[in-house]
Parts: sequence; structure tokens; C-alpha cells
Amino acid sequence: MGKKGGNLGLAFAAALVALPFVPLVLWAVAGEWRFPDLLPTAWSPRGVAHLVEPGGGVLGATLNSLLIGLATAAASVAVGLPAGMAIGGYEWRFKGLVIFFVLLPILVPPLASTMGVHVTFIRLGLADTVFGVFLVHLVPTVPYTALILAGVFSERTGELEEAARTLGASAWQAFLRVTLPGVLPGVAVAGLFAFLISWGQYVLTLLIGGGSVVTLPMLLFSAASGNDPVITSALALAFALPAVLALVLALRVLKPGERAGGFVGPGKVS
Amino acid sequence: MGGRLKIALLLTPALVVIGVLFAGGLVVAFVQSLGYVPAIGMTDLTLNAYREILSDEDFFDSLVLTLYVSGVSTGVATVLAVVAALALRRSSGRVSAVVFQLPITIPHLVAAVGIALIVGQTGLGARLAALLGLVGEPGDFPALLYDEYSVGIILTYVWKEVPFIALVVLASLRGVASELEDVARTLGAGAWQRFWYVVFPVISPSVVAASLLVFAFTFGAFEVPYLLGKSYPTILPVMAYNEYRDIDLSARPTAMAINVLIALITGAVAALYLRLARNLGRRG
Repeated sequence: MGKKGGNLGLAFAAALVALPFVPLVLWAVAGEWRFPDLLPTAWSPRGVAHLVEPGGGVLGATLNSLLIGLATAAASVAVGLPAGMAIGGYEWRFKGLVIFFVLLPILVPPLASTMGVHVTFIRLGLADTVFGVFLVHLVPTVPYTALILAGVFSERTGELEEAARTLGASAWQAFLRVTLPGVLPGVAVAGLFAFLISWGQYVLTLLIGGGSVVTLPMLLFSAASGNDPVITSALALAFALPAVLALVLALRVLKPGERAGGFVGPGKVS
Repeated sequence: MGGRLKIALLLTPALVVIGVLFAGGLVVAFVQSLGYVPAIGMTDLTLNAYREILSDEDFFDSLVLTLYVSGVSTGVATVLAVVAALALRRSSGRVSAVVFQLPITIPHLVAAVGIALIVGQTGLGARLAALLGLVGEPGDFPALLYDEYSVGIILTYVWKEVPFIALVVLASLRGVASELEDVARTLGAGAWQRFWYVVFPVISPSVVAASLLVFAFTFGAFEVPYLLGKSYPTILPVMAYNEYRDIDLSARPTAMAINVLIALITGAVAALYLRLARNLGRRG
């Protein structure tokens, strides 16, 4: 196919990707938009104002989402970094089996396991708490951070660490001064991923949070089940914002060759 | 330092998290599906829940619907992804990166809401149809939400998953396929011949692998059908959730039995995927 055809195809694909955002953006700022008008006939800041209204609930829910997302990202990296180091950096027996076990929560929907732990969470007083929600968010995020970081470690040869050790650095110093700075971009990508996965969680929060832990997707879902497209669209755009920001960031920071951000399961970020 | 001990220590935190919260939860779900729920005084182990759902028409309606939604979504997404990857493989740079990455990153709920506002009876599609004089009022436009054919759900999945499969296809196209294609071209093969005899055999293992992942995901996913699906029949994860939320706690084993079946089916697909992926790794 010629270059021109490729550009046309790309423009078409871009239009399809952008399509669901067209009604979201229009509705978010619409004042009046009756059927069958193709565009709103009046504009209003009501949708956007709802997002920042004190006592409107959106700010609190956003704060919950941020708090849980950041905690989940930090904990997943802390847990996934050593696992990624073991999987990517060393050869050992039963590695295939361990990788299968780590992959399982990505492949098998976490609905079943979460209903399973629910009773125990109730008994331990973790149900309906932010901490409990944070714990179940680790189920889909830890496999991702572990495997992303395994990919990062498998590309390292360990020669620099050896050189550092030869020059008299302790194992810990070599890790802190040589290994860690080397894998930092990968750690950032893994953390960002974990944050986005947690940010997008709906059903796990619904089950364990039991309606007491209100995050942004909870509000979006109840708005979407109702009949106010203005509020729904404003919430949807706010909910999509971190994903868009992350993408912009990734495009600016990562060089085109780096594919760490390309490691994504189907729609796991939600 | 003992190599094995070091590996074990490095793996422990992740294995504990997944072992307790995921595997532990699955085991509890399985035990509860056998009717063992001491919290509500049920302690006899039976297969009643399985017997009940396997003889239940509602369950089969849900199973058929689930297979239909995930099957059609996966099929449509796969075909479109291969077409898109082939058409766009030479375009690189930021625009195509955004085009492929954005739907993967955007949460499902956002996509579902946006698509609902397009294909709903007062959505952009209906307004456009009204402008063209095809419909007079919203009710004239076909119902594509909460509908029999789950159009809204499928469209959402297709929008989300096409870029994922396309990225996988693009990765395999960048490798050996383009060199082989050049050779075939030199030898005088036409465009269709090049695709069917050269490109397709090279990319098909990764296409199948990616499609399996999408199938497993859409089979077990909850929120899009929960939002855009009709109330009967529901897809299996929504059915399990509804049984789980039932005020009658004796419905709990039923919910768990459905969950166990979902886990078994997606687990089998996952095992298939891993076998394929391993073979791919060996070949590459």
C-alpha cells in the first residue's frame, strides 16, 4: 500500500478511536440538546461544575480513587520488583510453573476469587474499608508489575553489577547504585500501569467496598444507569483523564523503540 | 549466597499476595460451591449447586449469551485488527502510537458510556438518521442497548480490543514477515498470494494467541454487560453476581458454582494461550 493510502487509513482509524469521545465532550458542556438536534442548542458549565462542587461527592471519590491507586501502585512495585528480578534475572527450576501461577489472575477473572475472600474480609473487618479495597486491587496489579519488571530484568546482562562487585561494592550497594537506577524507567512504567489498573477497577471495589468505599467509577456507573447524560459525560471524561495523561507522558518519556508500555493485556486497564 | 534461597525470598512477597488473595479466594469459592458455608450454617458437602445450574434453563441461556458475546466480539475484533495492522503497518510515529494505545488505556466504562451515547435511541447515530429522514422519533431507531443482540456491549469490546490484537499483529509483522514478503514479491507473487501463503501463516499463531486472551477476558468480564446488557438473560459473571447479592443466602453455593465454571472455562483458554505463547517463544 502506498504512503498516501496508509495516511488515509490512519486518519480513518484515528476517527474511529476518537468517535466515543465526541458525544462525551459535547454532552459534558451541553445545556440543552434535544432530539433530533445534531449539536447542543445551548451550552452550560453544569457538568464540569458538578465535578468540583464542594460536597457534591466527586472530589471525595476522586481522592479515594487516587489514594487507593497510589497505594496499590507502590505496593505492587514493592512486591513485583523482587519477583520480576527472580523471573527475569535468573534461571531456575519450575520457573514456567511460577510464571503460570503469576499470570493466572490476569487470565482468570478475579470475580470468583474476590467473592471467595469476601467472607474472610468481613470476619477480619476489612470489608467496606479502603484498606480492604486496596488489598483486592493487588490481585490484578501484582501480576502486571511482576511480569513487566521480569521483562526489564531479562534484558539486563548483570555485567555492570559484576563490575561494581569486582570494584569492591557490596551486593546491596551494587543493587542500590547500579541495578536500581538501571531499571528505574521500567519501575515507573510498571507503577503507572498498576495505578491505571487500580483506577479503572469497578467490580472489585463494588464487591469488597460494598458501596461504602466510593471511588470515581462507582459514581460513573450510577450516573450512567440514570438519566443525566451531562453529569455522566463529565464524570466519564474525568475518569478517562489519567489514562490520557499517562499516554501523553509515555509518548514524551519513552523512546519509540521502548516497548515496555506495549505489554498490555486486553482491556485489563479497567 | 544460596541461589535457591535467594530466588525463593525474591518470589515470596508476590506468591503470598497471589496465593492468599487469588488462589485462596478461588479455593474458598470452590468449597462454597460444594455447599459448605459455615457462616450461614451450611456444612454438608454436596454437588447440588452444580446439579441445579446444569439443569437450569436460565443458566444455559446465560451461557449461550456469554459465548455469543465473547465469540462475536473476539471474531470481529480479530478480523478488524488484522486488517488495521496490515493497512497501517508502514505508518509509524506519534499519531499511530496514540491510535493504538488510547483504547487500550481508556477504562471500559468510559468506552461503554461513549458508545451508548452514539448507538442509543437518542444517540448521535439516531440523530444522524433523523437528519437523513430515516427515523422520525427515537423509538424508530433500532434498540442497540439492553437489546437481544448485545450490540452495544459487542461494539464496546471491539473498540477496546481491536488495538490490542493489532499491536500483537504489528509486532509479528515487523519481524520475518516483511522479508519473506519481499522475497515472494520478487518471485512474482500477487498481493493476495503474498497474504495467504506468506504473511498469514507467519502472523496466525500470534493472532490466535491474542484472540484467546480477548476471548478469555470478554468471557469473564462484568461491568460492560452489567451496564449495557438487558436484565434477562444476563451474561454469566452478572448472573453469578446477582446470585451472590441475593438476599437468600442459600443462593451462595449457586453463585460460587457459576464462578467456578467461569474460572474453569477461562482457565482452560488461558492454558491453551500459554502453550501457544511458549511455542511462539521457542520459534522466535
